Amino acid sequence: MVTDTWTVIWKEMKLLLEGNNKARFFPLIFLLIFGVVLPLQTGLPWLDLPLGLAFWVVIPLALVASWVADSFAGERERHTLETLLASRLSDQSILFGKLIAGAGHAWGMALLAMVLGLVTVNLASWQGAVRLYTPAVGLGGVGVSFLTATLVANAGVLVSLRAPTVRQAQQIVGIGVMIVVWLPVLLLSFLPVQWRLAMASSLGSADLTQSALVTAALLFLLDVTLLAVVMRRFQRTRLILD
Amino acid sequence: MPNIIHTAGLVRCFGTVCAVDDISLDVPTGIIFGLLGPNGSGKTTIIRLLLGLLEPTSGTAEVLGLDTRSQADKIREQTGALLEHSGLYERLSAEDNLEFYGRVWRMPAPERASRARELLTHLGLWERRKEPTGKWSRGMKQKLAMARAIFHRPPLVLLDEPTAGLDPVAAAALRNDLDDMVAREGITVFLTTHNLAEAERHCSRVAVIRQGKLLALGHPDELRAQAGGSQVEVIGRGFNEDLVVQLSRRPEVTGARIQNGRLIVDLKDNAEAAPLVAALVCAGVRVEEVRKSTVSLEEAFLALVEEDHGH
Repeated sequence: MVTDTWTVIWKEMKLLLEGNNKARFFPLIFLLIFGVVLPLQTGLPWLDLPLGLAFWVVIPLALVASWVADSFAGERERHTLETLLASRLSDQSILFGKLIAGAGHAWGMALLAMVLGLVTVNLASWQGAVRLYTPAVGLGGVGVSFLTATLVANAGVLVSLRAPTVRQAQQIVGIGVMIVVWLPVLLLSFLPVQWRLAMASSLGSADLTQSALVTAALLFLLDVTLLAVVMRRFQRTRLILD
Repeated sequence: MPNIIHTAGLVRCFGTVCAVDDISLDVPTGIIFGLLGPNGSGKTTIIRLLLGLLEPTSGTAEVLGLDTRSQADKIREQTGALLEHSGLYERLSAEDNLEFYGRVWRMPAPERASRARELLTHLGLWERRKEPTGKWSRGMKQKLAMARAIFHRPPLVLLDEPTAGLDPVAAAALRNDLDDMVAREGITVFLTTHNLAEAERHCSRVAVIRQGKLLALGHPDELRAQAGGSQVEVIGRGFNEDLVVQLSRRPEVTGARIQNGRLIVDLKDNAEAAPLVAALVCAGVRVEEVRKSTVSLEEAFLALVEEDHGH
């Protein structure tokens, strides 16, 4: 199964590289913002900024959403899905190949942005020795970006499995991402000022490592649940009939 | 293995509609088998059932001796398919499309390269192998899709209307390529088509289906014979209605009529034209030309479909 999964990943990457310029250069915008612009503006605090964890969520959210919505709906729309399903590839290798390609690409970009940010901060604020991310921010960033990428990949594939067109899949995933990102912000704005201040102060005094671990555990739980649902919904017969 | 495909009472219904209704057929190994039927007759559904992409509602199907219900994975391992659409990744080049499916079938890298070269050269696509296939004509895409279907040298290839949508020249070229490949590779081909000339010329056994039901099965000649005998067209002078009535009473004649000044006589199976011509001369007809023709597969097909429709 590993070889077959890798074959699907190879094809997905080939399609990305042979895709239009927009698809190829879209990730570079995120690399520029989170790897150069923001680290330059923030300086050394970038390396131990608790808010950094939120940044490493944004990259996978944006990159996986657009990719993964295309995964099955795109194959269906371009009439390549049935031929793929008529091949010797197992259901799992097709599904995992697409999930890993989508999540891996976004996670890779997030890691690249982290490394680029580290290089930018060190070059801009050189203090005689290389400064690294604090363990909580560094490891938290790696973990949270991975878990977010897989979560969005699972959700996107779930939508893409049933969506008749790429556009519809992208719209649903896009709305989902917007709700996840903006709903908490919107809800916070309706809270009384005193509550918001209290929340800010408790967040400020919270143990970062503990917060990162709780977030990671929640994301992991969501990931596993969604993956189980996706695997249940992925059936050759249903895909053919859809 | 005498029969590479065997189905018994195969049924597939979608709700209240049965797309495939009690189909029992055998496809011998090493031939080109044609499944003929009008649009919506259930041809594509049969291919999907044979590949195990759909489960039958009832009945059984065996492909390469494997049950389509429980051993679909193994069937797909040993078959090649060109389905309703070419299924090519149009952003990828011809080389990359073949490379991907070569990897899917776990062919070693050197074999993938040599096989791609062999097939693309044979099909006249080698020079354009690095272009994205989206820029290609439909005929070229179909050729490549056929190459992809036989890339891993499967013993059985299923082709769903391989020449549909192609212009006559491209269709003829593709058919010749198909014949050539079957001869070279020794594979069995199961193809669906509603192009009867294609089936007549290339298939050594055909089945006719309509609304999911099997109407006839056999060699194209057998189907023609089943549909009716031969026809004699007489050009000359002296035809009249009395003559038509006289001819219609002859034991070897099934029907006679005057059409555009010519006498058309339908004969029973294997009936000779000579006694008929002698009778015409005796009746005072001045015969200038006589043409005897057999029923084409298209006429046989239409007769079968109309007969079924009448029932």
